[in-house]
Amino acid sequence: MTLLSEFPSIPDLNLALREHRVNAVELATDALRAARSHADPHVFLHIDDELTLAQARDADHALAAGTAGPLTGIPIAHKDLFVTRGWRTTASSKMLANYTSPFDATVVDHLRTAGTVSLGKLSCDEFAMGSGNENSAFGPVRNPWDPDRVPGGSSGGSAAAVAARLVMAATGTDTGGSVRQPAALCGVSGIKPTYGTVSRYGIIAYASSLDQAGPLARNACDLVPILDAMSGFDANDSTSLESCDGKPNATGRIQADFSAAQSRFEAAGARPLHGLRIGVPREFFNEGLAACVAEAIESALKVFESLGATRVDISLPRTRLSIPAYYVIAPAEASSNLSRYDGVRYGHRAEHYGDLIDMTSRSRTEGFGDEVRRRILVGTYVLSHGYYDAYYLQAQRVRRMIVDDFQRALTEECDVIMGPVTPDVARRIGDNKQDPIADWLADIYTLGVSLAGLPGMSVPCGFGGSAGRLPIGLQLVGRYFDEGRLLAIADRYQQVTDWHQRIPGLA
Amino acid sequence: MALTEQDIAWLARLSGLQLSADDQQRAQQELTRILGLIQELQAVDTHGIEPMAHPLAAHQDIALRLRDDAAEPPQSVVLRDTCMANAPAAHEGLFLVPTVIE
Amino acid sequence: MDWEIVIGLETHTQLSTQSKIFSRSSTQFGAVPNTQANAVDMALPGSLPVMNRGAVERAIRFGLAIGATVANRSVFARKNYFYPDLPKNYQISQFELPIVIGGKLSFFVGEQEHTINLTRAHLEEDAGKSLHEHFQGPHGESSSGIDLNRAGTPLLEIVSEPEMRSAAEAVAYARALHGLVVWLGISDGNMQEGSFRCDANVSVRPKGQKAFGTRCEIKNINSFRFIERAIQYEARRQIELIEDGGTVRQETRLYDSERDETRTMRSKEDSNDYRYFPDPDLPPLIVSQDWIEHVRAALPELPAAKRARFESDMGLTAYDAAQLTLHRAIADYFEAAAGALPADQAKQAANWILGELSAALNRDELEIGRSPVSPARLAALIQRIQDGTISNKIARDVFTAMWSGESGGDPDAIIEARGLRQISDTGAIEAMIDAVLAAHPAIVEEYRAGKQKAFNSLVGQVMKAARGKANPQQVNTLLKQKLGG
Repeated sequence: MTLLSEFPSIPDLNLALREHRVNAVELATDALRAARSHADPHVFLHIDDELTLAQARDADHALAAGTAGPLTGIPIAHKDLFVTRGWRTTASSKMLANYTSPFDATVVDHLRTAGTVSLGKLSCDEFAMGSGNENSAFGPVRNPWDPDRVPGGSSGGSAAAVAARLVMAATGTDTGGSVRQPAALCGVSGIKPTYGTVSRYGIIAYASSLDQAGPLARNACDLVPILDAMSGFDANDSTSLESCDGKPNATGRIQADFSAAQSRFEAAGARPLHGLRIGVPREFFNEGLAACVAEAIESALKVFESLGATRVDISLPRTRLSIPAYYVIAPAEASSNLSRYDGVRYGHRAEHYGDLIDMTSRSRTEGFGDEVRRRILVGTYVLSHGYYDAYYLQAQRVRRMIVDDFQRALTEECDVIMGPVTPDVARRIGDNKQDPIADWLADIYTLGVSLAGLPGMSVPCGFGGSAGRLPIGLQLVGRYFDEGRLLAIADRYQQVTDWHQRIPGLA
Repeated sequence: MALTEQDIAWLARLSGLQLSADDQQRAQQELTRILGLIQELQAVDTHGIEPMAHPLAAHQDIALRLRDDAAEPPQSVVLRDTCMANAPAAHEGLFLVPTVIE
Repeated sequence: MDWEIVIGLETHTQLSTQSKIFSRSSTQFGAVPNTQANAVDMALPGSLPVMNRGAVERAIRFGLAIGATVANRSVFARKNYFYPDLPKNYQISQFELPIVIGGKLSFFVGEQEHTINLTRAHLEEDAGKSLHEHFQGPHGESSSGIDLNRAGTPLLEIVSEPEMRSAAEAVAYARALHGLVVWLGISDGNMQEGSFRCDANVSVRPKGQKAFGTRCEIKNINSFRFIERAIQYEARRQIELIEDGGTVRQETRLYDSERDETRTMRSKEDSNDYRYFPDPDLPPLIVSQDWIEHVRAALPELPAAKRARFESDMGLTAYDAAQLTLHRAIADYFEAAAGALPADQAKQAANWILGELSAALNRDELEIGRSPVSPARLAALIQRIQDGTISNKIARDVFTAMWSGESGGDPDAIIEARGLRQISDTGAIEAMIDAVLAAHPAIVEEYRAGKQKAFNSLVGQVMKAARGKANPQQVNTLLKQKLGG
């Protein structure tokens, strides 16, 4: 058990810190102990006591001086895709095994300024490519609910750390579902905000037009201050948005939207979500969906109806096409983004090599794992002369059609879309090794949201699997910039359910 | 639509990768399977549809933001060396690579 | 067989911005290695590009100056290939949608005016530098050193249509283009520092044939003289090859100035598929009509306009006007000098600048900005000729004295000090003529016998007696009178 598991939420812990019932250093010390002795040694990739305690001491100073904020002293950790000074940044890859960045990612900087205390860097799938955290060069991460199963990916380490109560929240990145899916499989809450609201500067790039950072935490309410602190326009990122439908893209926006939505729901009394139209895509309930998941989603939808919401049947006809579209665009962008890893300026350089070309190709081949190499080859292929139009441009056209589908649904038919995150509960570690696209096909419910850049989140909504002990997640998708309201809707659900309060055995 | 050995060899070269014979064979099979998946895109009639590069491009105008032309001061040698601390091979502030013959 | 040479030039001009195109690093030349290469320039994990407004503004200026279309919407694309001086192993450039489309450039080849069409111009980033000194790698292997200070410097790539037909024409085009980018203030044009580099695409075909021959690209030529030599060598090589029964292979070549030949380059870019695609880190560049008009309004008077004005308003020949508008500094000098003179003497100013002044500048290897003789002083000198104080011939001596700073460089002071005033006094000249006629009766006889040369000889004698200071026109007139002819 950790000290952290005694506090059910971030506001609770923050209050305890402000009331000096506990201090940041003792909290951090205990968290470091728990992290180091955790049953799964692969969750954290780099822990440095001194770096953490220095941040904890800063937090205690702020608490003593009365300048503390809502996140001061809160222990978190970062997915090892965010560059950090001090701690190494490896992207879970041999390619960057000994890399230390001279600058911090903007997200890391924001969270530090907000007073959080980082426990270190969390494992993930190598270069964010994967959905089971098995593609880490430094060992697979285990699902805290069942150590023989995957925690999901690519932010598997982040989800596992939150589920095991090693941290109050963790940062992740979501390109095709990599925050939502591990959150679902580990029974925690996670959100991918609207593309462009959180800076990508300092995030090791996988697929530039899809990557978006997002937090994972124990519940929707905890996600609010974390996401709010992470968000904001960043001049260092040319895809960062300055405004969100008229409101400045800055810290405070999401908190304000959340609070306003919460107030509205409160004011509506016994049926707080009265008037909310929930679109349920019929294509999400295809034959690939496991019965236990379908049941859990159905139960969740009934809860929403009991809160006053109305269910609307909608169609997202190109749901299946989101898979080939994504698996053309993401590998294409990745193949180019990963070209910089050549053993010249940083990263792995082969021990033995001949000429320059040999050095570069050997270093890259040795440094990258199977899945990364696979996606680079696919990406190179679809961009190559003769195939560019048929694959890459075609995928971008289909992307536009998928975006139109979502927009039509969200403007004309419903206010929020809900459905499953994954077709099934967590699979066993090692399954799907034979078929390179088996995991890809399981991304079917999350990819479209990424292609569209819409905000999407996952909250625990039940359990399934043979022993009925593996978490199931409910996906919520909102309109552009609707993060605040989405979180408030999820929060409402969590006020009348307790799935999010369950604690796994490995905690 | 299957990929040939030559296709894989050429792809590997373009990608800056060096695959062993086994790896090449495996890549050939895997990529052929993957191509089967992404080929589903070909059946879609996208006549008249523009490719979309930025996900919010249909929601709002997305234009390149420009920054003022102002230079930061040059780095000190100490700072430079910190930036280059991760270099596998460096000498007097230069990155070293096996000689390039023009 | 009559051969025709077909040439197109691609020019890479470094833009004169303070910071790089996608990062805030300084673009100053000559810094200590890798001290002007930040996280973005080194392509560290997590770094992202941010566009420099100054680079865009300079591209717009160029587009307007050549009468091209400035695209309201252009797109940055990644050009993917592996090379150690390219930190991301892709170059951010523009491919399908460049910022400048079309345009023309006019210039003189000898006395003939040529106009070449341009295809396009686009923005891209420069690569770093490989230093091939003999470094030793970690295993003792022979190594090159990479300096990324230059990586990310903004470039404008300017592409001409393959309309040039001789090396001389290509050089004239290159000079005119160079003059223009410096004129506009968008580049310092310093070729030694690599600010202006030309690639020449050269092919040959039998005269009259419509189809183009196979072309070879000669890369990175950084002097006008080498452009000429390289093209000449390459054309000759291709012609000889074909005449010997061979075929020209499309390839990239390097010009070796020491051997004066082109050689195949073992190229980083050989048979490469660049896999261009729009850079997802950079949304499309939108340039509003407002901005374009704003830049247009701020353009300096362009060489072509100045040239036209010099011809029409100041009565210069087309050739002289073109020469004077090759460089803004020269044009400015001319305007200043002509401005200090009556309108009909602008031509004199032109002659002096293109003649004596140019010669002195070349001899002393000076830019006109460093001329010891100012426009005002030159104008004053010219006025002394016009008002008869000195002759043209004496004026040249005075100029030389002004150049070396004698008497403070003031023409009047020099004339005074050296007593160079022309003798224009009729009486004095007549007296000298009388003396000469009296002293050389034989020559007078020859003149009377019809020998025109004798007249010149007598003039010479008078000038000798006057120590060159007699007003030549008056000598002529008065001598004629005296000889009664």
